[in-house]
Amino acid sequence: MGKIQLKSVRKAFGDVEVIPPLDLTINDGEFVVFVGPSGCGKSTLLRLIAGLEDVTSGEISINDTPVTALPPAKRGLAMVFQSYALYPHMSVKKNIAFPMKMAGLPVEEQEKRIEAAAKALNLTDYLDRKPGQLSGGQRQRVAIGRAIVREPTAFLFDEPLSNLDAALRVNMRLEISELHQKLATTMIYVTHDQVEAMTMADKIVVLHAGRIEQVGSPLELYRKPQNRFVAGFIGSPKMNFIEGAEAAKHGAHAIGIRPEHIAISATEGAWKGTVGVSEHLGSDTFLHVATEFGTINVRAGGEVNLHHGDTVYLTPDLEQLHRFDAEGRALA
Amino acid sequence: MSRAVTPRRKAITTVLAWIVGFLIFFPILWTIVLSFKSEGDAISAPLNVLTSTWTMESYEAVQERSNYFLHFWNSVVISFGSTIAALVIAIPAAWAMAFVPGKRTKDVLMWMLSTKMMPAVGVLVPIYLLFRDMGLLDTRTGLVIVLTLMNLPIVVWMLYTYFKEIPSEILEAARMDGATLRSEILYVLTPMAVPGIASTLLLNVILAWNEAFWTLNLTAAKAAPLTAFIASYSSPEGLFYAKLSAASTLAIAPILILGWFSQKQLVRGLTFGAVK
Repeated sequence: MGKIQLKSVRKAFGDVEVIPPLDLTINDGEFVVFVGPSGCGKSTLLRLIAGLEDVTSGEISINDTPVTALPPAKRGLAMVFQSYALYPHMSVKKNIAFPMKMAGLPVEEQEKRIEAAAKALNLTDYLDRKPGQLSGGQRQRVAIGRAIVREPTAFLFDEPLSNLDAALRVNMRLEISELHQKLATTMIYVTHDQVEAMTMADKIVVLHAGRIEQVGSPLELYRKPQNRFVAGFIGSPKMNFIEGAEAAKHGAHAIGIRPEHIAISATEGAWKGTVGVSEHLGSDTFLHVATEFGTINVRAGGEVNLHHGDTVYLTPDLEQLHRFDAEGRALA
Repeated sequence: MSRAVTPRRKAITTVLAWIVGFLIFFPILWTIVLSFKSEGDAISAPLNVLTSTWTMESYEAVQERSNYFLHFWNSVVISFGSTIAALVIAIPAAWAMAFVPGKRTKDVLMWMLSTKMMPAVGVLVPIYLLFRDMGLLDTRTGLVIVLTLMNLPIVVWMLYTYFKEIPSEILEAARMDGATLRSEILYVLTPMAVPGIASTLLLNVILAWNEAFWTLNLTAAKAAPLTAFIASYSSPEGLFYAKLSAASTLAIAPILILGWFSQKQLVRGLTFGAVK
């Protein structure tokens, strides 16, 4: 069981309120991702749940037991840090054994769990090494191993992949997702990378300036963003926004259309423009088209035979058009 | 591109480095050489000094005139005693400032350091009078107290910089792993801090061993360490050159040997944790 509830949790450092009162429920077994730009309070929120920071007011409960006053050690959560935070003077084996040693588990049980974790994480050959002798990916695995052996109520991940190179990041992403499938334990994952959020999460919590902008499944956020911030943050490349007369035509202050929902043609269409930079990925082509509303990004499937300076016509898919009022709220 | 090093350039640099090194080491070398000469030969022209006969007579004279081992033991007690006392006070202080800094932590650190900028002679009279009234003059306890206080700012600063190097995330990880404050200090903080504490200890033993101002002014005979032992051979009258050299050699030998064996820790200590 790993149900975590936050009730009017608020955090202030001195006079600066970083998290205004906030409510959130994380259900047992869910993979929840906190995502938002840097400085949005997502790491602080995770640290509040972990107990590494004290809440200014409000209540946190785990499995309906209040834990607000408990130190991190008593909350039964495991955390994986961005810097891995391995104990440099201990071997990999001792690092993984540490939480079990603290919990006073019998040595035979410790051995058994270390062996199982090392096998699952491909660390068997490295158990006697010190963290300094491992690569970044291996260190991250040790940190995960250290987290899983104690069979916590929930896992907390604080941007665990940020220090890895792109290829390794994709691999570790899969490994963590697989781990979640296997363990079915609640996981809370903090990242600024919306791709990580979209690919891993059951539920995404989008944060902005300490406030929850929207909570929902990845596809809910993609299809029905509640405001302009979420609309712009989720999805890659970003959604195009148009204000003014063109938006007024649709009865809105601003309209948004994703690059993949615009048809491009050399002969006819709704908006006329000139091709600027085009990015060829093989599977897709991203075109930056200069129009009377500014630059519009368009995603075209496969290879497109258009070049810098060509005149093109864009047609938005009206079904997929998002409308926003002057405050940035989505209009139904 | 890295700079090209021609063999000639390399040779010149090497010779220069040896000359500078020799110049710095020369006074110590000369002291040791003179200590093995008779008083007459010691004050003759330098070339004569080298060709004259070698003798142990100065060492015999020093041993007869004064009790080397009493002074040696006083130095050991005073330098280790004051360093350990300073560590006992400084470790919790530096721990608190490094891991739970307050608004004024930087100011407190600067204030501590500023006390080292005042000339010691400025407080000699009040301290002398306090020591006289409390019966601490010429006692090892008195010297341990005064040297502890003198070196405390340096000890706190050194430990603070070492503790600062320990990433707080590792301590947080220990907390998440279920460690109590006691196990956190025992299994995580201490093993990571031991190298820093060791260098601090070593450097301060040396500083205290060589401290001359307070040891000379606050002792007479009973508690006098090796610094006072050397000073007793510096006299405006009579021939004491060789004996003074012998006394100096005896006084610096222990700390020189200690320093030689702990070079690695010392260098780390002297860089104040700036180089990882």
